[in-house]
Amino acid sequence: MNYLQNIGAYFFMIAEMFRKPTKRSVMIKLILKEIEDLVISSLGIVAFISFFVGGVITIQTALNITNPLIPKYLVGFATRQSVILEFAPTFISIIMAGKVGSFITSSIGTMRVTEQIDALEVMGVNSINYLVFPKTVAMMLYPFVISIAMFLGIIGGMAACVYGGFSTLEDYIRGVQIDFIPYHMAYAFIKTIVFAFILATIPSFHGYYMKGGALEVGKASTVAFVWTSVVIILLNYILTQMLLS
Amino acid sequence: MIRVTDLHKAFDNTEVLKGVSTTFEQGKTNLVIGQSGSGKTVFLKCLLGLFDYNAGSIEYDDHKFTELSDDEKRNLRSKIGMVFQGSALFDSMTIEENVMFPLRMFTNQSESEMRDRAHIVLKRVNLDNAQYKMPSEASGGMQKRVAIARAIVNNPKYLFCDEPNSGLDPKTAIVIDNLIQEITKEYNMVTVINSHDMNSVMEIGEKIVFLKDGEKAWEGSKETIFRTDNEAVSNFVYSSNLFKKVREMYLKG
Repeated sequence: MNYLQNIGAYFFMIAEMFRKPTKRSVMIKLILKEIEDLVISSLGIVAFISFFVGGVITIQTALNITNPLIPKYLVGFATRQSVILEFAPTFISIIMAGKVGSFITSSIGTMRVTEQIDALEVMGVNSINYLVFPKTVAMMLYPFVISIAMFLGIIGGMAACVYGGFSTLEDYIRGVQIDFIPYHMAYAFIKTIVFAFILATIPSFHGYYMKGGALEVGKASTVAFVWTSVVIILLNYILTQMLLS
Repeated sequence: MIRVTDLHKAFDNTEVLKGVSTTFEQGKTNLVIGQSGSGKTVFLKCLLGLFDYNAGSIEYDDHKFTELSDDEKRNLRSKIGMVFQGSALFDSMTIEENVMFPLRMFTNQSESEMRDRAHIVLKRVNLDNAQYKMPSEASGGMQKRVAIARAIVNNPKYLFCDEPNSGLDPKTAIVIDNLIQEITKEYNMVTVINSHDMNSVMEIGEKIVFLKDGEKAWEGSKETIFRTDNEAVSNFVYSSNLFKKVREMYLKG
């Protein structure tokens, strides 16, 4: 019953986000600030993880290819497919649920605890639009982050492959280029856009509707991370079924 | 003027407000007093529209709050200033930006006009050199004064204060009380203050509403509170020996 109530409240929040918009000049500044806080500040960790996980995918693929009849360029092919289809859009989104999600929940939750959200409401500001909408718009640049993750994952794989002596650079590049299906990029970016929306709104929901004090802010951040991850994994399955099968 | 008639509010099955009726007049500092859990904050949040109430009515200058359209409610709220118990300043903004916030949201003033207005009200609350500080760098008393400056920057008709003296030393508390009273006269506002600070009651209580267990148990002023024979209000106001002696001396003349 409580779950149903929360789902209803979540969709109510989404609808409220588009009502009574904040003044455009104020909103533009808020969006730019959120782009810096949510997107730009995540680039470092995303780049680091992508590069090394790309390398690990390559090494594991190469080590599992023992049959001499399987061509060496398959390492590059497998790395590309893994990174583009699954690692960059989904794995990075789970990491972002921890990094960006907990930031969003704790910052909005702290505003709730310290009555800053009440202050906005009393002034006649639509606090949901003021707080959640700029985060959602900023997260629409998330595909840009995922593009970097894809690129660095493949580069990381290339470095591991060549310097680990698993195949030549030419073989790896050939594998990366072979049988490329552009629709897979479209599939990855459709998933990314959906995940971006989830990453902005579910943590906002948990922060906005939290009750209690500082301890509850921490609990809300944890709950937000769990639910964001669960929804991303479920939607990943549904979208893959819809778009690829 | 704000008129409250037979206000009821319940959470689940617990009735917090049980038919409160009163009137708050313009240019006066109206105090709502009572013990913790007596329903003061719920009463204030009902007045502000932060809580929906179950029965009764709240009228702002003869306009029933529940009958206003969304636009009219938004318009009314732009005429309301609020000082929260914990100040509720925006952490990510400087003191100046906090004060300019209502102007930025609801007026079309230029940056320099907003800045000038913010400086005027900051000067009014004796904070003319603190505009570039962050709220976390300001003391409790300063934060309260910034909250007052932010509340009055847009020339409100109504000012609400939720325990403006909580966490302040007695001297700073009196400064804040007097500031609120002076500003109430200056701006000719309806000011409603939630308090359980007896110094405030004696200092600025032009009208006092005493709530007990969600009901209005007594209504009067700082002058009449000395003579009241209402047991509930006497037990609350004169619970300390100091105030008992003050009362005795007052009654002896």
